[in-house]
Amino acid sequence: MIEKLLHLDRRVIFVFIALAVGVPMVGGWKFDQGSNPRTTAVHKYIEDLPDRSVVLLCFDYGPASMPELQPMALAIAQHVLSRDLRLVCMTTYPDAPLLIEDTLATVVERLEKEKGIKREDGKDYVNLGYRPGLVNVILGMSADIGAVWKTDFNDRRYGDLAVTKGVRTFKDVGLVIDLASSSTPGAWVVYAHERYKVKVACGVTAVMAQDYYPYLQTHQLVGMLNGMKGAAEYEKLVGLESDASKAMGPQSCAHFLIIALVIFGNIVYAVSRRRARRQTP
Amino acid sequence: MKIRVPLALTFVTALVMIAVFFTPHRLGSYVQSELSDWMAVIGGLGLVLGLISLLQRHLRKIAHRQQDWPYSFVTVASFLLMAVLGVGWGVQDESVFNWIFSNAYLPLDATMFSILAFFVASAAFRTFRARSAEAALLLTAALVVMFGRVPWGQLLFEQSPMVAEWVMSSPALGAKRAILLGVSLGGIAMSLRIILGIERSHLGGDG
Repeated sequence: MIEKLLHLDRRVIFVFIALAVGVPMVGGWKFDQGSNPRTTAVHKYIEDLPDRSVVLLCFDYGPASMPELQPMALAIAQHVLSRDLRLVCMTTYPDAPLLIEDTLATVVERLEKEKGIKREDGKDYVNLGYRPGLVNVILGMSADIGAVWKTDFNDRRYGDLAVTKGVRTFKDVGLVIDLASSSTPGAWVVYAHERYKVKVACGVTAVMAQDYYPYLQTHQLVGMLNGMKGAAEYEKLVGLESDASKAMGPQSCAHFLIIALVIFGNIVYAVSRRRARRQTP
Repeated sequence: MKIRVPLALTFVTALVMIAVFFTPHRLGSYVQSELSDWMAVIGGLGLVLGLISLLQRHLRKIAHRQQDWPYSFVTVASFLLMAVLGVGWGVQDESVFNWIFSNAYLPLDATMFSILAFFVASAAFRTFRARSAEAALLLTAALVVMFGRVPWGQLLFEQSPMVAEWVMSSPALGAKRAILLGVSLGGIAMSLRIILGIERSHLGGDG
């Protein structure tokens, strides 16, 4: 029996995981996420920005990381555009420009429908599109943003856009938020914050969060949204109940199951070791 | 010649980059912008090279009816379809390209990633075991952090998020910082070796 449990068929575990994800999803289970000071810090920083400040939102992720990072993008974009701030989006990932388009379209439609706030492309927000080579892009932007992004995603000249009027270097940017599935926030801290003192925040997948604790401790990062939980916390702060809040039920149950499986696996392992020791003469 | 020219190029480019990085002069800004353009051009060419290589590989597989060639056919057909749609009719909001991207590529990619949950759970059960004192310590730390991160943990033990936060911001942070410093020093040493031409393995030599 112990041997059977020790080598439990993986398909049994798969069924448990499917149930742990499926039941809360169908049942619409919700959990209060509380709030994390690192998430609140990002929200507060945006709240305190003067009107017409520029928030540079970088989409440094692909579709694989969308479940965790896209809700962050939607919540932050909604927060920025619900205030009288300017939102400038960019990416160094080739498959992200369309994610930006999708995010902006969703948020603008939602704001108009739910709050009656009308935001205009080119005046209040813009999608600058994709450029390869993050470090060079950051260094280039430090000299002249318009020289790096000559046109936006829709081929409009940078200098002709109302939203980027007067935005020449990092001095003209209120906050940079990097939503990342790789090490790009580190580059923003090193090359943009340390050299040009622009404030940087980030939103990362949960497995990467530990990498940025050193920057948070030294206040080189304003704050950080940590995985789906961070996105759900931000949604709560902006009064939005969207994808992340809904996904936290299934994710929490799946996490709890994994914890239970690890504990169960270790109990079975300890029992089997004790038996093996007793049987050894 | 094959070795000397790339070495000289590396050395000169590195000197220019270092000079530009530490020079707050308008000329430096100009060079920076120019280099950003070069990077975009090189990135674009790299992408084309990658696509040609991908096509060659899969077309060869289809031509020789190698194992799993139907998958290669799907790859080539999808590539050509998206290329024709993107180049011919654009990639803007209401384009067919964008529709396929949003309704096929995005869900498929996210699905592939979400399958990980099943394997992580299975692997956690099988391999995450207290086989030694060190493994037991790691296991305890991991369980404490996981417990503090899920709402269930807070329901069962109210202080669990605080304990998890302490693990993350004290012992784990110390270790992380040490690794970061080690990696950075290693990176500087390796960069110097490449700039000075001591490290040549990237050129096909024996380093």
